[in-house]
Amino acid sequence: MIKVGLFIPCYIDQLYPQVGMATLKVLERFNVEVDYPLDQTCCGQPMANAGCAADAAPLAEKFYRIFKDYPYVVCPSGSCTSMVRNHYDDYLKGKPGLEELKKKTFELCEFLTDVLKLEKIEGRFPYRVGLHQSCHGLRELRLAKSSERMGNPFSKVSPLLESLEGITLVKLSRPDECCGFGGTFAVGEEAVSCMMGKDRIADHEQSGTEVLTGVDMSCLMHLDGLIRRAGKPIRVMHIAEILAGD
Amino acid sequence: MDHSTRAAQFIRNEARVHWHDQALWYVRVKRDKMAQSVPEWENLREIAAQIKAHTMSRLPDYLEMFEENATRLGAKVHWAVDAREHNETVYQILKNHGVQRVVKSKSMLTEECHLNPFLEARGIEVVDTDLGERIVQLAQEPPSHIVLPAIHKKKEEIGELFHRYLHTEKGASDPTYLTESARGHLREKFLKADAGITGVNFAIAETGGLVICTNEGNADMGTSLPPLHIACMGFEKLIPRARDLGVFLRLLARSATGQPITTYSAHFHGPRPGGELHIVIVDNGRSQILQKPEFRRTLSCIRCGACMNTCPVYRRSGGHSYDSVVPGPIGSILSPAQDPQRYYSLPFASSLCGSCTDVCPVKIDLHHQLLAWRKELVLQGLIPFSKRLTMKVVGWVFQNTWAYEGTGRLVRWIVPKLPRSVLYNRWNVWGKQRELPPFPKESFREMYRKRKVQGSEARNRK
Amino acid sequence: MTSKQTILQAIKKSLPPEVPLPDLQGLGVCYENPEAQFAEILKAVGGSFFRVKDIEALNRELKNLKFYQNARKIVSLLPGVGEPTVDLESVEDPHHLEDVEVAILKGEFAVAENGAVWVTDRGLRHRAIYFITQHLILVVEAHQLVHNMHQAYERLAFINPGYGAFISGPSKTADIEQALVIGAHGPRSCTVFLVG
Repeated sequence: MIKVGLFIPCYIDQLYPQVGMATLKVLERFNVEVDYPLDQTCCGQPMANAGCAADAAPLAEKFYRIFKDYPYVVCPSGSCTSMVRNHYDDYLKGKPGLEELKKKTFELCEFLTDVLKLEKIEGRFPYRVGLHQSCHGLRELRLAKSSERMGNPFSKVSPLLESLEGITLVKLSRPDECCGFGGTFAVGEEAVSCMMGKDRIADHEQSGTEVLTGVDMSCLMHLDGLIRRAGKPIRVMHIAEILAGD
Repeated sequence: MDHSTRAAQFIRNEARVHWHDQALWYVRVKRDKMAQSVPEWENLREIAAQIKAHTMSRLPDYLEMFEENATRLGAKVHWAVDAREHNETVYQILKNHGVQRVVKSKSMLTEECHLNPFLEARGIEVVDTDLGERIVQLAQEPPSHIVLPAIHKKKEEIGELFHRYLHTEKGASDPTYLTESARGHLREKFLKADAGITGVNFAIAETGGLVICTNEGNADMGTSLPPLHIACMGFEKLIPRARDLGVFLRLLARSATGQPITTYSAHFHGPRPGGELHIVIVDNGRSQILQKPEFRRTLSCIRCGACMNTCPVYRRSGGHSYDSVVPGPIGSILSPAQDPQRYYSLPFASSLCGSCTDVCPVKIDLHHQLLAWRKELVLQGLIPFSKRLTMKVVGWVFQNTWAYEGTGRLVRWIVPKLPRSVLYNRWNVWGKQRELPPFPKESFREMYRKRKVQGSEARNRK
Repeated sequence: MTSKQTILQAIKKSLPPEVPLPDLQGLGVCYENPEAQFAEILKAVGGSFFRVKDIEALNRELKNLKFYQNARKIVSLLPGVGEPTVDLESVEDPHHLEDVEVAILKGEFAVAENGAVWVTDRGLRHRAIYFITQHLILVVEAHQLVHNMHQAYERLAFINPGYGAFISGPSKTADIEQALVIGAHGPRSCTVFLVG
């Protein structure tokens, strides 16, 4: 039995507990033994992206201390996973086991595809689904080919969704444009951030999205905030909630 | 004023933002199509990046090699430490030749050095001959994009401008008509000019030659009529061999405008018979950038502008919101290197989506450098105290799990009880256009704990 | 200290670690039908393409070109091609080429990849003629067609002073609302004849 340490990003823990539960359920569904270490809080990304390296460093250390001994670490967020994999060198370089920790930390869909080698997920989801390709998942973890890069298309996310019965993945006019969340950017550059979000939503509306999903709840929180304010009939769900089959 | 304030001003006109966004996205789509036509695209980017990295690692040798070869071919090479020396050097050459009228083809370096006002103040007429540059010159505005200088202007506005200065028909805004009238106007300037100033796209060390790329042919026209040609270049324009151009010319126009190659890719080796060629090699802060390992890759930039076209922030905030000679992602790295105090907000004018990094033909890790600049600015103490304090406090809370849990519980308990008018106050920037996320009764960890207890109770009962 | 010394010293202060110069071997696409590729790209960038078997055929096609029929000031540097009315060599000042309507000039070779033709000022009194003429006609021998830019640079040495350029289609701009307009400063048309 594969054992994983579950990392639930702070804002999911506090604001979207059902996404954490769905992640747990998906993993347990595939016979993974999940442990959620209770001392965890945040990977440090908000501080790191604000440039406050000194405030991010202790959080990177805390993460390292808590998770370094698990055979795998799984996290339902591309952005937080990328923080560990691509940016922890800035804070922890040279620590024993850091390289391993970076290699064994996975975003949920990536874990299902690359480690569990799943190609198909049983379940039914008879809706028109719009997939939001969150940028860090796309361009930092390479969960799919970004539209800027040439070569054969691939995705570690959409095949999982497409294997569900009854689902239709909509075609967007801009398949991987940023939603404008960007952490503190959402507040520091509020006007641009909201404009970007509204443009994404308009694209989904035109493509007939009924359910908007993605691997990062942070992007979805921003989009959902705009959708609810505008009273648009689009439901927002984290991909774990869809894959859990609730 | 910071970027976000200027961006917010630009965004007030939503229709215009969409028009601007669409115009640039159209260029991005053309670029994608052109890149797709090159099966080895990603390999080519890698090779281009390596050639540039190699050149930087041997820069002094190559610069001397270039000077030697260029001189052998009959060019005169000048060196300028900063913008002031660059402008003085150009002015001296012009003065020695009694030049009164100059035609200039697009050069971001001369923009960077503010050469036009310098020469104008000394009684020399400078006419920018690239159509987009000429438009912004007439409008007395800086370019808003390095390849498409007038991309922010509507054709009606250009029609208005041309009516005033070039006496086109009032209300006329047809691009073909306006371009034709600019053609007439600029031909006259070309024919009357005493000297031509150009930028440089590539300088070849092994041959001492210069390559200048345009679509209009203005660099060629401006240097084949008057006998004096002054070419101004930052030292990072150097490449080792002529055949490296095979790599760069395949990437440049495809990335810039989605063309297979620019219409004119001119190779200058020495002056024209009976003429003079002066080459001004400029530092102006570049050697400072070279000394910083995390930022030196920006010097590989070939100024294609692809990072601007793809940047979702640039497209929606407009080039002028950056208030710097080079806007967009690459400008947000170059500008703070020049003046961190003035440009401290630019590295934050990005959602760090990384599209710029993936589109860059020389593989500059733009979004990582933007992040590195944020750290640098915090270290230099240029970030508002309130922001640093917030991060300090939040960081402390995250370090202490009990404080994190307590704060979370408190916030989730209080927020749902607050009336909407209190919750959506004017300090709630998130809530200006967005609803707040739900504040559930239980956090995940509380649910998890309960489930674990229930699970073990169930096991115990068995 | 001279400015040159100051700059070089600043650069030498912390040079990046040496990176090898990459090998360019094997780069470049070879086309099954390079002529068709060249013609397609040239048309896409606003140029016109003619494939003729000899000078006679070229002259016949020339007479069908509308801008050529009406032209009075014609330069031709290819013996036997067209009916030149202006002798480029006898013009003192390039400014006097202002009213040339058609220039028929030699292209040394063409590149299938991007519809470009390599031209030089070798043996040419005024290189301005390439840009100042209203209509440009480039004549390239058919066997002088290379597949791609890497092959193109294999042919170029740049040992002597001189000017050379890749010209791909007519002068153009899209600086007003991205609307493509042919004929910015230079030639309003670019016609390439592949001969032989």
